[in-house]
Amino acid sequence: MSEPDATAQAVREFALRCPVPLPPGERVVLGHGSGGKLSAALIRDLFVPVFGGGAASELGRLGDAAVVEVNGIRLAFSTDSFVVTPKFFPGSNIGELAVNGTVNDVAMMGATPLFLSAALILEEGLELEVLGAVVTAMADACQHAGVALVAGDTKVVERGSADGLFVTTAGIGVIADGVEVGPERARRGDVVLLTGPVASHGVAVMSRRAGISFDGDLASDSAPLTSLVQAMLTAGDVRCLRDATRGGVASVLNELAEASDVSMTVEEGAVPVLGPVRAACEMLGLDPLYVANEGVAVAIVAPEDADAVLAAARASEYGVHAAVVGEVGDAPAKVWLRTGLGATRPLTMLAGDQLPRIC
Amino acid sequence: MCLGVPGKVIEVFEQDGIRMGTVDFGGITRAACLEYAPEVDIGSWVVIHVGFAISVVDEEEAARSYALLAEMGNLEDIDLPQDADGVRAEHYRPKATP
Amino acid sequence: MKYLDEYRDDRIARALLDDIARTVTRPWTLMEVCGGQTHTLIRQGIDQLLPPEVELVHGPGCPVCVTPVALIDEAVAIAKRDDTIVCSFGDMLRVPGSAEDLFMARAAGGDVRVVYSPLDALEVARRNPDKTVVFFAVGFETTAPANAMAVKLAKDLDVPNFALLVAHVLVPPAIMAILVSPGNRVQAFLAPGHVCAIQGWTEYEPIARDFGVPIVVTGFEPLDLLEGIRMTVAQLEEGRAEVENQYVRTVVREGNTAARRVVDEVFETCDRAWRGIGVIPKSGLRLREAYRLHDAEVRFPRTEGVPASESEICIAGEVLRGRAKPHDCPAFGTLCTPEMPLGAPMVSNEGACAAYYLAGRRREEVTA
Repeated sequence: MSEPDATAQAVREFALRCPVPLPPGERVVLGHGSGGKLSAALIRDLFVPVFGGGAASELGRLGDAAVVEVNGIRLAFSTDSFVVTPKFFPGSNIGELAVNGTVNDVAMMGATPLFLSAALILEEGLELEVLGAVVTAMADACQHAGVALVAGDTKVVERGSADGLFVTTAGIGVIADGVEVGPERARRGDVVLLTGPVASHGVAVMSRRAGISFDGDLASDSAPLTSLVQAMLTAGDVRCLRDATRGGVASVLNELAEASDVSMTVEEGAVPVLGPVRAACEMLGLDPLYVANEGVAVAIVAPEDADAVLAAARASEYGVHAAVVGEVGDAPAKVWLRTGLGATRPLTMLAGDQLPRIC
Repeated sequence: MCLGVPGKVIEVFEQDGIRMGTVDFGGITRAACLEYAPEVDIGSWVVIHVGFAISVVDEEEAARSYALLAEMGNLEDIDLPQDADGVRAEHYRPKATP
Repeated sequence: MKYLDEYRDDRIARALLDDIARTVTRPWTLMEVCGGQTHTLIRQGIDQLLPPEVELVHGPGCPVCVTPVALIDEAVAIAKRDDTIVCSFGDMLRVPGSAEDLFMARAAGGDVRVVYSPLDALEVARRNPDKTVVFFAVGFETTAPANAMAVKLAKDLDVPNFALLVAHVLVPPAIMAILVSPGNRVQAFLAPGHVCAIQGWTEYEPIARDFGVPIVVTGFEPLDLLEGIRMTVAQLEEGRAEVENQYVRTVVREGNTAARRVVDEVFETCDRAWRGIGVIPKSGLRLREAYRLHDAEVRFPRTEGVPASESEICIAGEVLRGRAKPHDCPAFGTLCTPEMPLGAPMVSNEGACAAYYLAGRRREEVTA
């Protein structure tokens, strides 16, 4: 059987077994990876049902990492892929991102990350110097984050089949007794806290994309947030934690509101943004609340502990600009934005792909 | 349509026979064509649309008309408090949820 | 950011809103022409903060929205060729053609690139001499000078592999088309500030006079819009019909003569079809004879084939003329969303439908 036939045969067999009807002929589009509505739909409508979960399963819980229990010990386990272009951009690079991204996913469950694996997919023709720089960056990031890289794999694909290189990391960490963090725990009266200024990463990457390049004091905020998170957990009742990556803060807030079945209101003026990042967003017509971050967490905190948790965040290396930006209200699950003028409008999930607005 | 952003010219140079400038938009910079704003020089404020200066900001007119607006809003000072990075120094305190 | 932040001050905004509320004595219908103005109004909720007597209807000032389907189809066809690179502003990539959009053309293997400036597209052409680089030149009078410069440079610097697919449209004919259409309710206009930065406002004076409508040249920030609305309402209440300028820091009556000179050198007026509205005479620009080498429609003649088709449900034309609001459309938010748009105003961030959708305006939330 020739290759295309074998693929077509497998697709037919799958279609017969799949519990979810998929529209025939529909293709993956970039929006499926941007962290917004399309991504969520893909996970909810294809991946979760197929892998035998429902909303109640661990996969269906949609936390940043999975929490599993082995012999009475709770572990947080997560994986993430990194496909960013260009590979090196102001402030960081794909290697550092790959380490910090998975470290943070694990840390967001209240766990201390311990071990990582890394799988590299390399495009034929990639300069060895570039590969060397990437893995050196990964090693440095592991040391800085306090994790050990203990397993790895490498594959090479033909020229044109991968954009230089892709990195996938997986990570595992231990959750101490008594730590309970989860997306479904937000309650009315809780406070919404951001650990740092938003949009820095997405803007830094975009600033190096051909056709949109500009210069300035821009740098990715990629950072390991383990100690920041631990300091916050020690200071008070942190109910939910999520890493605000693709789709930005707005997408995370919508996910948390949905998981906890609560509403949230965010004060637009309270959201911290660094000056040059704001300027870049203005120039490109981007909304900072939807731009990717790599070193910012959203925390939902019990109101009586808000001051203490905020102080703990601000005392931590990567939380100096932490700020309270909103509050949690009753169901139904919806996120609201109070604008500078005092009007309130819904802050919806990212629809499709946020392309720079030009015209 | 017409996303035009105000910025300050910090450098002027020639490229391919046309007059270009480096424009500073509150901390980030980008090159823009100045052919349609021949009177500008370093320090001028311009409005940039798709990489071109389409207009010069009349700073006197801006100050005059804004003073009228500020008076209407009973404002004495119009500076927004910000720390060195441009991050807002005021922090939001949620109102007690009913 | 200077000349931006201070025009968002909420205390002054409230003072302007109070003033408008005190001045208005009867209902008025205003149209803001420019999609960028619509964007600010909806995102800041200004239309909800205004007194109920002041109704804002949204105009056709979204060049992405009014680009004819046939031109999108042509751009898609050009993109799918092996010997071309199509460069475009970001918004154009997701506007639906008859069957596909440029994003899909890219997914199918076409070389489609987002650029910030037409000069970037020219640079792509210089770096890829073996391909024909086609820049999708959409926009109103604001963008024409930039596109004109790119083509002029292509000619002067001898870059034969650079071409424009022109979809330029002009504002005054559109305003007149709205004013003469039966059932028009628009009584005053907020004229687009950056279009007027180029054109000045002399061409609006006969419109104000002949149709008896106040026209106020207005900027894009919240205070600009509120001040523009305040000036417009004052004119309406006083029975005046003049052209006034709110956007004094950027616009002068004679506009930008240097820019218009280059536009006149490169482009000439022509009839243009507006998506959803139809042909408006003398409402578009096309390249002059001397620049036909750089005209994508000349280099890639349209093939006779499937005629351009539109969704039957989409009421974009009514929305663009201010005769319907996005949530009046039966498909709004259900069959038609930004991920699966039926028409152009749901795609562009400046389109009224997208503005309403992204601001969370749903049919069930609208009070009568």
